[in-house]
Amino acid sequence: MATLDNDRAGAAPWLLSAPALLLFCGLLLVPLVLTLMLSFHVFSDSQGTLATYTLRNYIEVITDPYYGSIFGRTAGLAFAVTLLCILLGVPETIVLARMKRPWQSICLLVVLGPLLISVVVRTLGWQILLGNNGVLNNALQALHITSEPIRLVFTMTGVVIALTHVLVPFMVMSVWATLQKLDPQVEWAGRSLGASPFRVFRRVVLPQILPGVLSGSIIVFALSASAFATPALIGGRRLKVVATAAYDEFLGTLNWPLGATIAVLLLIANVVIVLGCSRLAERRFKHIFD
Amino acid sequence: MKQNGFLGLLFNALFLTFIAAPLVVVILVAFTDKGFISLPFDGASLRWFRAILDNDQIVGAFWLSVRLALVAATIGVALALPAALAIARYRFPGRAALTGFFLSPMMIPAVVLGIAFLRFLSLLGLGGSFWALCATHVIIVLPYALRLALSSAIGLDRDAERAALSCGASRFTAFRRVVLPMIRTGVAGGWVLSFIQSFDELTMTIFVATPGTTLPVAMYNQIAQTIDPLVASVSTVLIVGTVVLMLVLDRMVGLDRVLIGETR
Repeated sequence: MATLDNDRAGAAPWLLSAPALLLFCGLLLVPLVLTLMLSFHVFSDSQGTLATYTLRNYIEVITDPYYGSIFGRTAGLAFAVTLLCILLGVPETIVLARMKRPWQSICLLVVLGPLLISVVVRTLGWQILLGNNGVLNNALQALHITSEPIRLVFTMTGVVIALTHVLVPFMVMSVWATLQKLDPQVEWAGRSLGASPFRVFRRVVLPQILPGVLSGSIIVFALSASAFATPALIGGRRLKVVATAAYDEFLGTLNWPLGATIAVLLLIANVVIVLGCSRLAERRFKHIFD
Repeated sequence: MKQNGFLGLLFNALFLTFIAAPLVVVILVAFTDKGFISLPFDGASLRWFRAILDNDQIVGAFWLSVRLALVAATIGVALALPAALAIARYRFPGRAALTGFFLSPMMIPAVVLGIAFLRFLSLLGLGGSFWALCATHVIIVLPYALRLALSSAIGLDRDAERAALSCGASRFTAFRRVVLPMIRTGVAGGWVLSFIQSFDELTMTIFVATPGTTLPVAMYNQIAQTIDPLVASVSTVLIVGTVVLMLVLDRMVGLDRVLIGETR
């Protein structure tokens, strides 16, 4: 990059970023290290958090089938939401890319806009839609598709639907970014050489947008694995996921060391998955990123 | 690129319905004249919007959220701007690591941040303090402010600044009169986006925002108990407010650039 000063950097960049860096070290790094330390503390029901260290919290979370089921449920939820986001988001982005202005801008605004609206508000909408006397059930019964209300609130199906709605804009954003770099001429070249539209899609378009789909999937997976508000409100008390379990340990049973352990494991799982998949994607699609 | 066929347009219509449905339902429900949530309803009224003003808890939480978002967005942008200039202009050892560190709050689950801040603040005895809450929100919004400032500062033509310096302007004057106007949109867009992120933040804040709660936390606590038309009318106000800010952002920087982060 021509605008970069290669020769006379010196201390200037560090002085410029010093305020933000100090704040981040003091208010991000230190609290995270403290949380890691907290997760090794002993918790006693009568005396609370003790100053002695132990591995018991980790052993408990890893071996207890109760926490196993919570982590398993969270992983299943994240997989289902990611899959749905790919199935819905990728075709939608391709349709959007083929639109003409101003329709394209309007539709893009409708699809991406909800990202800026509070998750609480969007989840409230799904609670009203999915409830036993909700809009969806009333409509289904009025159309005589079902005679009894289908139970959607407090089920995994309901959580998956609502969380897909919350996160699918991230998939659209990610695929949109790669589609913008795509040269439409290549698609025409494939067609003019006698390939069917499907073949052009599979052999020309798909390989080029795959990095976008992959990075979108990483974002959606990471965000759904750590989602809190939607599983808590639509899933209810019984369908616990990792984030709500950590919340309950912290603010319900007040077992802070155990809550910290769950948080540390969630963070580690997140980092491993995000970095692992990004590395994999970079190696696999090196020719596209270069 | 090719045109959309009928199936493509049908898919688009269904997708947009899926996206808009929950928001439209919330807005419709807010206009009921009944004391409970029902759709379709017979009588429309504004009684639940008037009820917002009578509810001290909601009004108090709203103003706390506004103050918090104003402070967090302003400090966030003020810290992100010099950092963005450093990253955009200089190539120095640790540049990538520094960028990654500043963007990391976007990658760390909000629950983990909430727990970490709660532990930290309770050790310091600062739980429930407004300024401590502001500091945690600065951490949350700084990545967004930084990303937008970066997108306008990277690839900026430096000749104008050099001209100003060679004409005798001080470094600060050159920054204020030449550089800042050129990256104005990215900085202002970053501020609006930071404001929205701070105002809407729930998962981290729920750990640290006691006893005086922010609006999202107050609404979450309410919805977790029961849903009544009041939360729908508050949500409607929030939706309308966000749409207005969104249009401002779209005019200012372009919404695709704010969200997708591409440089034009």
